[in-house]
Amino acid sequence: MKSPPFDYEAPGSVDGVLATLSAAPEESTLLAGGQSLMPLLSMRMAQPRVVVDLNRVEDLDFVERTPEGRIRLGSMVRQRRLETDSGIREHVPLLAEAARHIAHVAIRMRGTLGGSLAHADPAAELPATLCALDGALIVRGPGGARAIPAGDFFLGPLTSAVEPGELLTAVEIDPPPDGTGWAFQEVARTHGAFALAGVAALLRVDGGGGIDFARLALFGVGSAPYVPEWLDQAAIGERPDESLFRSIGERVADEVSPFDDIHASADYRKRVAAVLTARALVEAAGRSNGKGPR
Amino acid sequence: MSKRVSMVVNGRPIEAELEPRRTLADFLREDANLYGTHLGCEHGVCGACTILLDGDPVRSCLMLAVQADSAELTTVEGLADGDGLHPLQEAFSEHHALQCGFCTPGFLLTALYLLRERPDLDDEEEIREALSGNLCRCTGYQNIIDAVRDAAGRLRQAPQATKG
Repeated sequence: MKSPPFDYEAPGSVDGVLATLSAAPEESTLLAGGQSLMPLLSMRMAQPRVVVDLNRVEDLDFVERTPEGRIRLGSMVRQRRLETDSGIREHVPLLAEAARHIAHVAIRMRGTLGGSLAHADPAAELPATLCALDGALIVRGPGGARAIPAGDFFLGPLTSAVEPGELLTAVEIDPPPDGTGWAFQEVARTHGAFALAGVAALLRVDGGGGIDFARLALFGVGSAPYVPEWLDQAAIGERPDESLFRSIGERVADEVSPFDDIHASADYRKRVAAVLTARALVEAAGRSNGKGPR
Repeated sequence: MSKRVSMVVNGRPIEAELEPRRTLADFLREDANLYGTHLGCEHGVCGACTILLDGDPVRSCLMLAVQADSAELTTVEGLADGDGLHPLQEAFSEHHALQCGFCTPGFLLTALYLLRERPDLDDEEEIREALSGNLCRCTGYQNIIDAVRDAAGRLRQAPQATKG
């Protein structure tokens, strides 16, 4: 398997990337970690005229915390770093846990945060995780920068809000409120394989024993991450007991539209989504330390 | 369009003029004449082409050779010291951890990184998880797990051998 010939550019700066893209925006492809693009090239499913390599751009690989406590991550942060970075593990443990579930270590060594998000695979871990965290994606183009909420970024299978000529440069996450519990659950046929279905969950129980914060996002159950808009109505103020979480799981299963494929039927994926949702909410509730306001 | 690259492979500097579409795996096999790096699936699933790039395990089929410009690479050919096998290779041999041997280079490099990161490793479940990105169709994996576990013990006795 060999890619057709292409021109290769490896600019050293974001401005250099944008200038290179502007020459042929529709015929250029960005190369981040390459763990999805390289197979597409080899199988000739992608045939760009120009491959613009982001690996020599230095100012896209950063992990920082603003004075207000917001976490800012460059789009070329490797997935292995998401998994191991002490700041991410402390402030956004859900993200570190999600990264640990991506493929295998040799893939995570190259694969990047921004690459996975922009690739927008509906079965991938990071898009749903960013939705659960309600992160913002910073995209730069010829007209300047714009911030896109995670909920508006994933448009369909392998389709994101990044337009030709644009570049995803960073991700911004406000860590969930103090005392929020988290959980990440997925079912895959073998360790490291693409998930049949999975869920990222955040939940906080306040000092009075009621739920005062809850977020969910599922992957592998449709063409983009599924975020239940009705979750606040169903959960806020309620006691965190298993029957509540099971009923939320059932409602998720009713509303998602997964695909049939050789790995699992759509019905099976719905069942898995229901069970994983309930399990993740139980686990997140257990991790909430009840420090929320009374 | 061709690009000039230079890198160090198993301690030996190599320079070449390459088409950008050349994968790192094809470069190692066809330009550097290092046939030990095997290509199974060519899309990142089987792990046979795993090498170390600046000490980190990567799939050489999922990188362009031009991306490895000025990097240091270790392939399976870099493990043995002359005629003396690396402790991991000795353990694979003694435990019958290979039959056809096609997947072995990828397992060896994955295991080499693993044992550098986790010299204390002894738990079978953890070893299985760490090696789950490498496919073997002959052994049923048990002998590979046994070999890696044994090699971990040997390397604890002679830790300088993890240099690779």
